[in-house]
Amino acid sequence: MTSYRIKGAGRLTPARTARFTFDGKIYTALEGDTVASALLANGVHLMGRSFKYHRPRGILSAGAEEPNALLDVARDAARRQPNVRASVQEVFDGAIIQSQNRWPTLGFDISSINNLLSPFFAAGFYYKTFMWPREAWAKLYEPIIRRAAGLGVAPKEEDPDHYANRFAHCDVLVAGAGAAGLTAALSAAETGASVILVDERAEVGGALLFDTSVTINGQSGYDWAQGVLVKLAAMPNVRVLTRTTVFGYYNHNFIGLVERVTDHMPRPDKLLPRERLWQVRAKKVVLATGAIERHMVFANNDRPGILLASAARMYLNHYGVAVGSRIGVYTAHDSAYEAAIDLKKAGVEIAAIVDCRAKPGDAVVSAARNLGIEVLTGYSVIDTAGRLRISSMTVARNSSTNHRKIAVDALLMSGGWTPSVHLFSQSRGKLKFDAENQRFLPNIYAENSISVGACNGTDDLNALLTEASAAGGGSVSVSGDSAFTWTGGMIGAAEGAGKDTTVKAFVDFQHDVTAKDIRLAVREGMHSIEHIKRFTTNGMASDQGKLSNMHGLAIAAEVLGKEIPQVGLTTFRAPYTPVTYGTLIAHSRGDLFDPARKTPLHAELTKAGAEFEDVGNWKRAWYFPRRGEDMHAAVNRECRTAREVAGIFDASTLGKIEVVGPDAAKFLNLMYTNAWDNLKPGKCRYGIMTREDGFVYDDGVVGRLAEDRFHVTTTTGGAPRVLHHMEDYLHTEFPDLKVWLTSTTEQWAVIAVQGPKAREIIEPLVEGLDLSSEAFPHMSVAECTVMGVPARLFRVSFTGEVGYEVNVPADYGASVWKAIWERGEALGACLYGTETMHVLRAEKGYIIVGQDTDGTVTPDDAGYGWAVSKKKTDFVGIRGLKRPDLMRSGRKQLVGLLTADPLEVLEEGGQIVADPNEPKPMTMLGHVTSAYWSENLGRSIAIALVADGRARMGQTVYIPMKDKTIAATVSDMVFFDKEGGRIHG
Amino acid sequence: MADLAIRTLPLAGAHGGSASVRLEPAQPARRISLRAGAEAVAALSTALGVNLPTEPRTSASNDSRTALWLGPDEWLVIDEGAVDLNDSGTGVANGLINAAAGTGVAHSATDVSHRNTAILVSGPAAADVLNGGCPLDLSLKAFRVGACARTLFGKIEVVLLRTGEQNFRLECWRSFSEYAFGLLRQSAEDL
Amino acid sequence: MLLIHCPYCRDDRSELEFRWAGEAHIARPEQISEISDEAFSEYFFMRDNTKGIAWERWRHIHGCGRFFNAIRDTVSDKFLLTYKAGLPRQPVPGTETAGVETVEGGAA
Repeated sequence: MTSYRIKGAGRLTPARTARFTFDGKIYTALEGDTVASALLANGVHLMGRSFKYHRPRGILSAGAEEPNALLDVARDAARRQPNVRASVQEVFDGAIIQSQNRWPTLGFDISSINNLLSPFFAAGFYYKTFMWPREAWAKLYEPIIRRAAGLGVAPKEEDPDHYANRFAHCDVLVAGAGAAGLTAALSAAETGASVILVDERAEVGGALLFDTSVTINGQSGYDWAQGVLVKLAAMPNVRVLTRTTVFGYYNHNFIGLVERVTDHMPRPDKLLPRERLWQVRAKKVVLATGAIERHMVFANNDRPGILLASAARMYLNHYGVAVGSRIGVYTAHDSAYEAAIDLKKAGVEIAAIVDCRAKPGDAVVSAARNLGIEVLTGYSVIDTAGRLRISSMTVARNSSTNHRKIAVDALLMSGGWTPSVHLFSQSRGKLKFDAENQRFLPNIYAENSISVGACNGTDDLNALLTEASAAGGGSVSVSGDSAFTWTGGMIGAAEGAGKDTTVKAFVDFQHDVTAKDIRLAVREGMHSIEHIKRFTTNGMASDQGKLSNMHGLAIAAEVLGKEIPQVGLTTFRAPYTPVTYGTLIAHSRGDLFDPARKTPLHAELTKAGAEFEDVGNWKRAWYFPRRGEDMHAAVNRECRTAREVAGIFDASTLGKIEVVGPDAAKFLNLMYTNAWDNLKPGKCRYGIMTREDGFVYDDGVVGRLAEDRFHVTTTTGGAPRVLHHMEDYLHTEFPDLKVWLTSTTEQWAVIAVQGPKAREIIEPLVEGLDLSSEAFPHMSVAECTVMGVPARLFRVSFTGEVGYEVNVPADYGASVWKAIWERGEALGACLYGTETMHVLRAEKGYIIVGQDTDGTVTPDDAGYGWAVSKKKTDFVGIRGLKRPDLMRSGRKQLVGLLTADPLEVLEEGGQIVADPNEPKPMTMLGHVTSAYWSENLGRSIAIALVADGRARMGQTVYIPMKDKTIAATVSDMVFFDKEGGRIHG
Repeated sequence: MADLAIRTLPLAGAHGGSASVRLEPAQPARRISLRAGAEAVAALSTALGVNLPTEPRTSASNDSRTALWLGPDEWLVIDEGAVDLNDSGTGVANGLINAAAGTGVAHSATDVSHRNTAILVSGPAAADVLNGGCPLDLSLKAFRVGACARTLFGKIEVVLLRTGEQNFRLECWRSFSEYAFGLLRQSAEDL
Repeated sequence: MLLIHCPYCRDDRSELEFRWAGEAHIARPEQISEISDEAFSEYFFMRDNTKGIAWERWRHIHGCGRFFNAIRDTVSDKFLLTYKAGLPRQPVPGTETAGVETVEGGAA
């Protein structure tokens, strides 16, 4: 195999090698090589197939803008990433690299027939072709298009790597570590400011990495850059992040960075994160993002071996690789001459420099000619040949039909430089068009940021250094010199892009958009650049049009006969380059995806064999199956035992808010529909909370501990929003009230003991309190001592049985639970979970806010009209409840439903109708909100919202299901112990 | 007379960290959430024996007692005096509550000794580890020793107190402590 | 991600710590139970949903916990001023009627 590595060129160490495979073949690289430079060193240009036409494609660039060479890079089966840019990925020893979008091989790809069929794949092809028949879309078109679309294939295995996150702050963030960025960072750092300097490459230097004709402060540009890096790295106020991309510029100088930590390492430490997301808040942002060289738009400008001139220079001067052995140059800009000159000096044959301009810069032309390079000014490359690699270019004098074929194995092109204004644009800065140089430049800043250097259109080296030093806020003594001053540049189609509709002159390589596609889009009526973009998909690939946007715009402007600024530029959006999901997710996976909240009793519940269910973030005991029991059997047993003996339940997740202060009762009067003034300390009351619109928002038992202290409970799921709602009124509407709210949900472990033997179970554990029903009746609360610890004991019931809720400080919960269960077990009680809790409360017709109510239910609709005070002059919801719609008749009301077949359990959500034979659409009266099998009643029970429900008592309604219609009788909501005697013991 | 209840700590046995950061559950402490208007600050400070700070993001300590400014009318008072594990701590919290009550000024003092638990994060990389999930600027310039704030750590709310240049106390609700410790442990490994 | 100046913490903090709380300066009517359906509808349901300069409420829910007011340009997302709850509607800074001395807050 011929090596294209040039002895003495480049900065890599020849002795340090790495081996990798590409499409199964073993190659040797040098440490520091990118995949692109390593393959080029081995003479490989063909690296992929294009997206639509499957045309052979080679490496085009030496940086992040690469549209063609997208590869699949793997360490192992799971550590595999598709669509990796060969020009960015560093080679590591053992890398397994494969080309994409080809079958069976890169050299022979069946789908390249698309290239021959290309007249059918014109812009808008998909929009026009797959319109009919409609049914074919889901079954036929979409699956085929999906299979054909996309380049790489995602791995099926879970990603074994982990990803880190870091929040950071700095005074100055500098994006880009080229000459401008380094100068700005040094200038800022020397003032003492905290600085973060970011560059996407492994090494700092930016354009200095390839532009060897630049000297700064008397050193080569590269050496100067490395010297500045050493200086910066030694400063405690500076953080330099290489291999790190500024991918997003968000509001208020919030900057997203992705640091590639291990992708270049042969055997990374397992503890290291693969990538790190940096979320940086910068007081000031210096954008030193440079410029990106454009390609030339001409016929067949996409063959492997055709690449950007600056890229060829990078491969030579940094990696020591020649991109060919007989190289042509096609340019509209002086910079490409320097690539030719460098290559020529390195001993590579330059076939010719073809310059479409009549008058290029004199200095570069004479320098090239002095080296014996043929320079054709006023000429264009009008076509190329070569199947898997360019073999020749066809050159013609502009406006002439005479042409000449020149054999080459590589062709360098330069259409000039596009300032990288992506981040500026993301920050919502406004651009202006620099007509003289045919480029958009930063104009009006939306954030505290400043652009310096090439991205700001500052081309002159010393002007750039001065500008960057000033932007840093300090002053760095720096001056430089470059061999040539560059002129030129063009945007749009060059000679040879042809008007002929069969010519493929690519504007966007990654999406296979040609000049004729853009012309066609305009002809078909797309006159806004936003429409042209979407119709042709120009600039919509993952490279976001870094190369293609300006060309596309210029071609559209030309066809439209408008000036470029009038056609407009599409907005750049984050991310600048693709970011892995792993990075964006960072820590939030596995156990850290979301907090799993466990109650203080969790370990005890687990030991007792609980199955858990998720309720919000909480893990709640769902039921406690015994050996051989399924859920149904366990719940039936629990339901029966709780009513016959007693049941013990973990109620710790119940929301708790301590309402304290002289105005506590006054405040609760405003927040709940009930009245609280007359509640005596030591007593509890069930409260309903409505929003201002009159709909039920939450409910719960409130205990008054003292004149100025209430223990408020909320639903488990409602705790945070109820507290927010209360604080809102307290801060905003009633700020003069002397009352404060404290969440105590987690201060207390709450053990509910319910059933005929509840008192017998807890009595020996409680000190300082007479538990008799006379002294401590239903709806009482007291502070007492339980097993030696201060406790709050509630005599309350959510089952209709005698019930206690034992509140002890959370750390003692497990110990107290154990003691209670020990006594309960001996007396024949059971543990029960949320499922049994639901059944028992439904047997009593107790509602669950959020299940039986849905945000459109008033207290009266729910059958709790009694809880709305008639005497109070104000509470939140008082006016809403008087709205005509809430007062009208015919509203849906909560009622019970008893199915005709007692064994039939309704489905929650089932719709209810009056006439099962009514033609569709049927008149729906409401829906089933809760439905269970009641073991205690030996039949099914349900709660439902039914229009005019209370007026329908005893009537039959119907619940049509998919395969049958179920009849049910409207009933009272209290199914069990209608007299309610059991609760008082 | 029933057996005495035994205390089980939420992060019992948790450990983690790296060469540059140490993670450990803090000892149990007594805590009250104290709420009061500006007019009550002087009286409450005297009663509690610690000056309630009135500057945002500051704390004040006296002996084993620290008062953290959480909001313009809100403090977290932590007493780290030796706690017998068989003592609920609530008694002492009640002491704090009673002391406050003795002032006669309008306020709210509520026992949150068991609601919160704390993790001590110390070492040269302590701030970086916390910044794995906390959006605050934790540089010494911005967050001095003694500074405190209620903020976020990953997906949970926490109260952060800087007890030394390389020492932080992270307070969170007990059911979030497993998540907090897990994220700290992960973040410590990621440095 | 916005950076929001909390007038109580007197500090710029990440949007993560805050929760938006709707339009500002909509006072709950004093005798709310007496007002007309139209007045209630106006108070409870109708909002300006301004494009441009908007007065809105935020809560520093994961910080000091306080609600406060903000003047924000909903187009640019710039905060022009944040000020404590209870203060009257503040003028837009930089306009003729702006009197910053009445504001216990600061520009964000």
